[in-house]
Amino acid sequence: MKTESMTEMPSAGYGAAIWRIIKSFALLRESWVGMIGACIVLFWVLVALFAPLIAHFDPNASIMPFAKPGTIGVSGHTFWLGTDHMGRDILARIVWGSRTVLTFGPLATLSAYTVGILMGLMAGYRGGIIDDILSRISDIILSFPVLVLYIIVIATIGASGLNIVIAITFASSPGIMRIVRGLVLDLRNRDYVAAAQTRGESDWRIMLFEILPNARGPLIVDACLRLGYVIITIGVLGFLGLGLPPPDPDWGGMVNETRQMAMVFPHMTLFPCIAISSLILGFNLLADGLREISLRD
Amino acid sequence: MNDNQEPVLICKDLCISYYTRAGEIPAVVDFSLTVKPGETIGIVGESGCGKSTVAMAIMQYMGANGGIKSGSITFKGQDLTTLNENELRRIRGSEISMIYQEPFASLNPSLKISTQLMEVPLAHEDISKEEARKRSIQMLKDVNLPDPERVMESYPHQLSGGQQQRAVIAMGLLSKPSLLLLDEPTTALDVTVEAGIVKLIADISKKFGTSQIYISHNLGLILETCDRVFVMYSGEVVEEGTVNSLFAWPKHPYTHGLFSCIPLPTTDKNAAPLKPIRGQLPLPFERPSGCFFGPRCDHFKRGLCNKEHFKMEHVEGKASDHRVRCLRYKDIDHAKGLSSDTIKESPEIGKRVLNVDGMKKYYEVKDSSLKALITGKSSRFVKANEELNFTAHESETVAIVGESGCGKSTFAKVLMGLETGTDGEVRHNGKDISRIKVRDRSTKEIRSLQMVFQNPFDTLNPSHSIGGQISRVIKQFGIETDKTKIFKRVMNLLDIVKLPRDFYFRKPRQLSGGQKQRIGIARAFAGNPSIVIADEPVSALDVSVAAAVTELLMDIQREHKTTLLFISHDLSVVRYLSDRIVVMYLGHILERGTTEQIFAPPYHPYTEALLSAVPIADPEVTKRRIVLEGDIPSAMAPPKGCPFCTRCHRKIGELCETMLPPEQLVKDRHVIKCHIPIEELSKIEPVIRIPKKEERIPVE
Repeated sequence: MKTESMTEMPSAGYGAAIWRIIKSFALLRESWVGMIGACIVLFWVLVALFAPLIAHFDPNASIMPFAKPGTIGVSGHTFWLGTDHMGRDILARIVWGSRTVLTFGPLATLSAYTVGILMGLMAGYRGGIIDDILSRISDIILSFPVLVLYIIVIATIGASGLNIVIAITFASSPGIMRIVRGLVLDLRNRDYVAAAQTRGESDWRIMLFEILPNARGPLIVDACLRLGYVIITIGVLGFLGLGLPPPDPDWGGMVNETRQMAMVFPHMTLFPCIAISSLILGFNLLADGLREISLRD
Repeated sequence: MNDNQEPVLICKDLCISYYTRAGEIPAVVDFSLTVKPGETIGIVGESGCGKSTVAMAIMQYMGANGGIKSGSITFKGQDLTTLNENELRRIRGSEISMIYQEPFASLNPSLKISTQLMEVPLAHEDISKEEARKRSIQMLKDVNLPDPERVMESYPHQLSGGQQQRAVIAMGLLSKPSLLLLDEPTTALDVTVEAGIVKLIADISKKFGTSQIYISHNLGLILETCDRVFVMYSGEVVEEGTVNSLFAWPKHPYTHGLFSCIPLPTTDKNAAPLKPIRGQLPLPFERPSGCFFGPRCDHFKRGLCNKEHFKMEHVEGKASDHRVRCLRYKDIDHAKGLSSDTIKESPEIGKRVLNVDGMKKYYEVKDSSLKALITGKSSRFVKANEELNFTAHESETVAIVGESGCGKSTFAKVLMGLETGTDGEVRHNGKDISRIKVRDRSTKEIRSLQMVFQNPFDTLNPSHSIGGQISRVIKQFGIETDKTKIFKRVMNLLDIVKLPRDFYFRKPRQLSGGQKQRIGIARAFAGNPSIVIADEPVSALDVSVAAAVTELLMDIQREHKTTLLFISHDLSVVRYLSDRIVVMYLGHILERGTTEQIFAPPYHPYTEALLSAVPIADPEVTKRRIVLEGDIPSAMAPPKGCPFCTRCHRKIGELCETMLPPEQLVKDRHVIKCHIPIEELSKIEPVIRIPKKEERIPVE
């Protein structure tokens, strides 16, 4: 057998790991729902990346108020989606606003997951008094309506991009902790965990290297769904005036500022709304697709 | 049995395939079988050989992707393959019933037994509820369930595993079927409970005249229950015959290989070791041309065996009913291989390494009910281990035997430092470790005490590669620190457990159960341990694979002079590989001694029952049948006196119920914990009688 001659140390680098991730995304082709979701998400990611190329106008510049979609401006360029009551180009604001959503959305989700996973691992693996304390804290947080929590947090620490992340982390990490804790309670009884314990591994190593990788399936699907919720939340915060301080473009804020004129100038509210819902739809479809694939094998 | 009667079931040239995205998978090819009234047919084979598929095909319950490709199944003159769903529904459950492996999965947990039993006659016949109830109770009596009225009003979880399976069998028999299919009905049960169920199954055809098809991987059980045997390999029958002729003169090399894989009373780990079948069962789409067993066969002849697929043929000679699918069966002299060509040296037993002295382990169970608060009894104890005493020496194999819940795994946990002992001492090389948790032990101590786990599908982390997992052990034990040296050591370990080196890159899901267990062994032996605990390491594996893993484990042990603590419920394996045996029941050691002492009188009554319960696949070995009543009591409420008194067939009176029996020393480290005096126990006849060489039926 040719493998008998294998005496050299293999060099498994990060290249292989990245290739594996790309390959697992290639599996998405088997689920057309997931494929559509991935396309929508990819569309918005590209829009955010190439914002300066797509948007011709400065998103905060007041040019020509109350222009209908398709109006040709003084400079000869078209306002494809019209302008708002302050004369700002809606297309430019949506395009630049996608950067806000696609920066703070994933950032907030990641932060919520980091906290939630650490709490869940501690509670599930250690159990006992640590579990009691963490679970009771999460019960208390979960007993408040989410909106009230956001208002309390933002009102206390002020409205800014970073504070949105903090508020979302505070409100959604207990839910994530619940999921992780449940998964850990099952996984910690596996023989390979016992094997790690009997060779004297530290608790953290067991939690992070032996248990967490095997919980990844359900967590990835949940993360995709939750990313959708977080984007709704960012929209809601913007709508309530708790999002990014004006005049930076923010989809929720755009809806809020123009909602009184929605009957006369529907395009001002309609287009940001379409932007928000299409992105959320994209993430939800992607989550459905991932779940379908993970259940198949 | 009546030969003139019309057969109940005839399967003719049956081919069954599953259709998947990957294409057609031929699960069963060319299967023929005839069942006469009152006859019990055994189908034996390893996992993946298609035995369950045959049962499903007879029930015509193949799932969405299975189908019968060719052939016919004739049941009482009717071809089942041509019937529609409505006609099939009338036959299923009333004419043909099936009993599955896990009783707790076949009973609906939210319905009373009475509802589930009465449903059977009510659905198939036009009778009143009272009549159905009367019949159900009668049937529960017939399957030897004590107190049928109470069982009728119970929910499944209120019954023990053995009682549940009896209820399921009762349910299967209620409609007086002509054919009963049993798919591994006792695999999920303990040995002493299994013995009772097997006796019941063997009596069914006598009592009700029902024909049965009994599917099992265990040749011993087939011998005890069946009239005719079909041996299946890779989707086809390779040999069939009456129990007597097939067990006495197996013709096919595979059947023969199976017998060499199971530890019979005649095998011995040094003088007559097990001979595992090399290689692996081929996947359905990788079957070779010609004989499917060819690549694993020692008598394979190129140009003859691999030419084309051939049919079964009748064996020449006395047994007219014996058929085999082998072209060379006449040329093969099985007797030649019998005189052991590989005699292994028995290792010298060294110094004492483990000393268990009065070890106790109690689990505290907090009761937070209001009643407990008022009475002040807020905590109770589960006595998992009670006063364990035994010793183990270097190079010695000590087996800890007992049924589920006897506390054998708890002891392993204390030894490994995953739990701490409540009282007493466990001295490893002179140092008490019973109260030192694993994280407080030094690397050297951890390294010298390792474990092989039971479940092959759980023992390796599915997220990491094989190489990564073994490397981690080496790094953690501080054996090597340099990367290339670690890699070399991993390669070395893979060689030792006889796996190809490119397994380094594989993920656990790409390995079979036996291969995973080998990796588990490599991991345990990575740091040259002085004691290895093996917790039922082969119980989840197929016989031929189990034999190979057992042999490997013993070879490595022999080389490293390791003490092996072998935890098992299977006395035949234990007899084969251990030097000393510790018999446990409900947390107590009831008997301990060398293997010869345990297997010969004087016995503890429980040992006696255990020995009788072990199925032995040798028709010439005779056993005295002892079937224990009832089930193992809960560890929460053990009997006050002798733990075994509730089921003991030699109970001498009130003394057993009130007082814990003393440890009686027979001689030289052989101890029995019983009230019956040793002299009386010595008079007991041996349970297993092995005929002498000259008394045996000669190999043809």
